[in-house]
Amino acid sequence: MSASTSAPLHRGFLDAAGRFPERTAVVDPGHGPLSYADLDALSARVRDRLAQLGVGPGDRVGLYLRKSADTVAAIYGILRAGAAYVPVDSGAPVERNAYVFHNCEVQVLIAEARVLDAVRAQFEALGRTPVLVALEDVGGAKGLTRWLEAADRGGSAPTVPDHSSEPDDVAYILYTSGSTGRPKGVTLTHENAVSFVQWCSETFEPHERDVFSSHAPFHFDLSVLDLFVSHRHGAALVLIGEEAGKEPTGLAKLIAEHRISVWYSAPSILSLLAQFGSLDKHPVPDLRHVFFAGEVFPIKHLRRLAELWPTPRYFNLYGPTETNVCTFYEVKLPIAAEQNTPFPIGKVCSHLRGKVVDEDGKEVADGQEGELCITGRGVMQRYWGLPEQTQKGFLSSRNGERWYRTGDIVFQDANGDYVYKGRRDRMVKRRAYRVELGEIEAGLYKHAQIKEAAVIAIPDEEAGVKIIAHVSSRTGAPLSLIEMKGFCAQVLPMYMIPDRFQWHAALPKTSTDKIHYQQLKEMS
Amino acid sequence: MSDSIKQSVKDYIMTTFLAGESPDNLTDDLPLISRGILDSIATLKLILFLEESFGITLEAHEADKEHLDTLNQIAALVSSKLPATASR
Repeated sequence: MSASTSAPLHRGFLDAAGRFPERTAVVDPGHGPLSYADLDALSARVRDRLAQLGVGPGDRVGLYLRKSADTVAAIYGILRAGAAYVPVDSGAPVERNAYVFHNCEVQVLIAEARVLDAVRAQFEALGRTPVLVALEDVGGAKGLTRWLEAADRGGSAPTVPDHSSEPDDVAYILYTSGSTGRPKGVTLTHENAVSFVQWCSETFEPHERDVFSSHAPFHFDLSVLDLFVSHRHGAALVLIGEEAGKEPTGLAKLIAEHRISVWYSAPSILSLLAQFGSLDKHPVPDLRHVFFAGEVFPIKHLRRLAELWPTPRYFNLYGPTETNVCTFYEVKLPIAAEQNTPFPIGKVCSHLRGKVVDEDGKEVADGQEGELCITGRGVMQRYWGLPEQTQKGFLSSRNGERWYRTGDIVFQDANGDYVYKGRRDRMVKRRAYRVELGEIEAGLYKHAQIKEAAVIAIPDEEAGVKIIAHVSSRTGAPLSLIEMKGFCAQVLPMYMIPDRFQWHAALPKTSTDKIHYQQLKEMS
Repeated sequence: MSDSIKQSVKDYIMTTFLAGESPDNLTDDLPLISRGILDSIATLKLILFLEESFGITLEAHEADKEHLDTLNQIAALVSSKLPATASR
């Protein structure tokens, strides 16, 4: 086991490709399947071509692609070249995505041709343009293959060996919402990812007959389990695009037709499946694991889901992007009728350690509330280019241990399971995405007519939270809701758009002339 | 026929998702999904409303912004699913 701990992240896939060349590695619905041998060959060509473009160990390569077999092959190609992949939400505003690629200085950006002009204009404004690779007709690896073939016509790329990355080499950077209005890059190493993948292997015992869902987008840390756990064991991965992933009736059918055996997603889509998916019409005898993570699963929807899908085991996986999954809890069925509070987040995964601390960073007494802190091989290295924020993210410790402060307030119950209570800051979860309310405020201030903006989240049983924007305009008169929503759609990702706007002549202030958030909360 | 469909969908969207907005701003070709006015849950609610009030069924592939982004698209989709005898 110790030998494989330091193996590079792509090693699991390469070993599986050696053992199961004929098995299906990726299903990109609407296109033919890709075998392990296909994916191996294709990602090797990407590796060689990237190396020829000058990409090497320690570099970053950006991915501005919708979910597809092309993206999967590109990810393995990037890792095999020794570089880190940087995926973004291809539906987010181009300005935000260009900022991400500029921030971590990608050497190459692989993008869909449709966004090329817009992203190039952004790079020119920012003052640095990476090598741009445009893919036409992404899906089923067609776009990627076409690019490789076109490049080969100008001379084939010399074969380079798979990079045997060191444990501390960066494998990927996932950008999450930042409170200052700029996304911040959570920087994860090969060891971070491999230790997590190994823990999954030991805990859930996947095998080559499994069919994994890939519901979360690749810029979301849930995708690390989908991609690298499935492919370490020779299992198939069924890609579910953003549109299909939101639509419960079609999705219920897809899960049954592709005989998915391991499902992983945020609870919100599982709630929708339970309510609107007509799951009784689409039996799933092969489904053996249902994992959910990212936010609290409302108990009434989980109960309904477990009635409709009675055979699989259900696991609540918890953890911020900085640690990936760090605690887990198996939900025992049937769920008792008197159970009306959400389930605990559970116990710490075996590759990590946890403790609960007070505001001074001292461990609390058993059962007391405090902030959950995590240390171990899965914990991120840093936020890209943000040494101060990185330092603030960890407890200072005398013995050199790096304890990541999750910001989540928890306590330990009588069974030793951690129970989630809330946040210590202004971050909320919406459809499992991290949302810093400050980033929404920064977005609203970009509107020429907005004078003041303060954003509040209030609990909501259906959606988790409702986001309320308290705003005042320069003229004092309210602006149109349609205008505001449309503006937000241009400057913020969709999941950050406020549910409601409340207009004020001026926002209430505290005695020190700061915006009075407490009073706004009461007014929401 | 299409106009009365459009009006009833417009009334539903105004009262359910755009309380306080001036009806004049909700034009027939305003992109509702791509401009963030209907999120994914609101879109599902709209589909349920369409299915119940017009007695139609939407296919999974029709539940997206290619088919439901504007009042014009919604009205056209609903009309195409109504029995021919009901249209004028």
